[in-house]
Amino acid sequence: MWSILKARWCQGYRTAPYPSRPPALPDRFRGRPELAAGLPDTAFVPAAAVCPTGAFTAAPGLSPSLDLGRCLFCGACAAACPAGVSFTAEHRLAARRTEDLRLIPDRAPSRAVPMEDALRRLFGRSLRLRQVCAGGCGACEADSNVLGTPTYDMGRFGIQFVASPRHADGLYVTGPVTENMRLALRKTYDAMANPKVVIAVGACAIGGGPYRDHPEVHNGAASVIPVDLLIPGCPPHPYTILDGLLRFLGRIP
Amino acid sequence: MTNFASMANGGCMALTRLPRLDVDRFRAAVLAEVKAGARLSAFFACPDGADALLLVAVLARDDRGVLDVTTCSVRDEYPALTPDCPQAQGFEREIAELWGIRPLGHPWLKPLRFQPRRCVSDRAGNPLKEQPAIGLAPFFSMDGVEIHEVAVGPVHAGIIEPGHFRFQCHGETVYHLETAFGYQHRGVERALVGGPDARTIHYMETLSGDTTIGHATTYSRICEAISRTRVPARGQALRGVAQELERLANHVGDLGALAGDVGFLPTAAYCGRIRGDLLNLTAILCGNRFGRGLVKPGGCGWDITASGVDELLRRLEQARRDAESAVELLFESPTARARFDNTGTLTAETCRELGLVGVAARACGEERDVRKDFPYGIFQFVQLPVCTWRSGDVFGRAYVRWLEIQQSVTFVREQLTALPEGEVCSAPATGTLVPGQLAVALVEGWRGELCHVAITDAAGRFACYKLVDPSFHNWFGLASAMRNQQISDFPICNKSFNLSYCGHDL
Repeated sequence: MWSILKARWCQGYRTAPYPSRPPALPDRFRGRPELAAGLPDTAFVPAAAVCPTGAFTAAPGLSPSLDLGRCLFCGACAAACPAGVSFTAEHRLAARRTEDLRLIPDRAPSRAVPMEDALRRLFGRSLRLRQVCAGGCGACEADSNVLGTPTYDMGRFGIQFVASPRHADGLYVTGPVTENMRLALRKTYDAMANPKVVIAVGACAIGGGPYRDHPEVHNGAASVIPVDLLIPGCPPHPYTILDGLLRFLGRIP
Repeated sequence: MTNFASMANGGCMALTRLPRLDVDRFRAAVLAEVKAGARLSAFFACPDGADALLLVAVLARDDRGVLDVTTCSVRDEYPALTPDCPQAQGFEREIAELWGIRPLGHPWLKPLRFQPRRCVSDRAGNPLKEQPAIGLAPFFSMDGVEIHEVAVGPVHAGIIEPGHFRFQCHGETVYHLETAFGYQHRGVERALVGGPDARTIHYMETLSGDTTIGHATTYSRICEAISRTRVPARGQALRGVAQELERLANHVGDLGALAGDVGFLPTAAYCGRIRGDLLNLTAILCGNRFGRGLVKPGGCGWDITASGVDELLRRLEQARRDAESAVELLFESPTARARFDNTGTLTAETCRELGLVGVAARACGEERDVRKDFPYGIFQFVQLPVCTWRSGDVFGRAYVRWLEIQQSVTFVREQLTALPEGEVCSAPATGTLVPGQLAVALVEGWRGELCHVAITDAAGRFACYKLVDPSFHNWFGLASAMRNQQISDFPICNKSFNLSYCGHDL
């Protein structure tokens, strides 16, 4: 008993002051990329050529764009085109619609807007999520699990992962949706009571990630069920996920 | 002709120099080698001309530190190894599923991953004949009064990857557990053929996301072997640091998860957090908590600054202190120990028969560790003591993790205080891949042995790339450990192995 209390004392209070203060992120963190304005279209062609997932599109006569939903944040584009592409430390990446994830030069990216008022009245202070991994590699899953640890303590915002779809308000999907998980994902969705929301977490769940266009996968959750919130990253940083969830609930402006 | 070509870990050999035995001699040679103590690290098939398949067996001789490779050409069927060599069971199911050939006499030739029908064809390009759909294949079952089955998954109750477990029970006692996977199958090995290309490293980093450094290192060593590239000393040291940080984070997380499963919440809460703190150390190196972009063919993608070293050492010491206080609580708790001791016990003999690797093997008293038996990279210069325990139970697997945590902390600290000067990556990163080669690389990932085997074609592209995650060997260990256990002990048995589903399903 005394050793438990002593350990408790030594471990201290470790919950981060979030969202009241900005999160501590590593110096080399690769957050939202930025495309420089005022460069000719052709300047971006080398960046598109090295993109492993086709997230970056550029060609002579075509204005460059970067689909954050497909982006693995590997930084290959910035290395190939340092004048045109840079990765910022911006961790706030979530969006409600796939078109909001498309970055182009000279346009401020739009952030996720809260869910509709009727839903917000129901879920705004209490959101129960059922997570389904549908081909995920374990990294998105690990960074989701970590939200329940004292550092992030997602429970203080009323958000919690639950064991049964019957108890859930939202389905939280990771992975590209393999053919072998398609039915299980669909059944989990169908087992949830209405109203319900779907959150796609990570490049795989948004667009297939590195597995995009493999015949074994379905290029993300939206191919099977309607998606309400998209959280990019490979994997998204836990703060990116938390920011997305809190914005979705209208808990941070 | 000799039966085997002996290769070093990270070795490369012209295909023409590999022995090609007839099938009976191949079978006898592999069985004799296994009987002499070798492990089947990889066993797979690849196309051999228009209408034959080449079976390739890679045997690890832990005692001699060499990898013995042999091959044989087969057509529609061959006598299975499994009846005389249980470690071959998964490999032969995989060969049968992917290529439509029959290992005759295999006792349980059920598909391993349930390839979607559109993804497999015979060598003539026709779809394979009807295979059962995932979840619908028959399970090994038991008959009798009051016998019942428990079916779990693919969707589990937590944030866990999908897989199916089928228990044959009498009352609370489990007589047999059959694991059925494939839900995570993304077609990685198929997609690697024709590479390397821009996606290859990303496949490696996401084969099993918690083993990003491990698989990226193994893949890089394959490329370096085939392109005759030397990695600078500083790059090797940083890879070692990254690999041990990966081990630290996962081992600490596993101890927390084990504590959580027996309801010992202090350790569960602390270790969950400390795991995150340790992942953040990897992010100091490369910006990503899992080490994405850190290891690449030729060396490392990032160097570390002097201030980065100081920061890492300071936070490592803090995490070590926190972990020590959290883990000691767990092992001192009589109620936690009562659940761990004599639960899910494996004997050293079963471990050898099944060819188990990593923590699971070392917890049975087997001194099996790629870092010692087949030293590579920085481990050629720094010897880490192999941590073993003899009990073979949940406690053994937990305690070996704790011993390894302490060794890895010491290793990381020593490496960071004496980093070699120089570049972290050779320039150019790698040369072109030499055509017509076979390369094998082993790495001791945090779960155990990672084995990659690549064969290059006449153009220097991958004609075949075989991936073996430690989970591939060890899932059967979990199934064996569950025999005659209470079904309520399944969660802690499962956590004590903590195997990868996506690493198995590929």
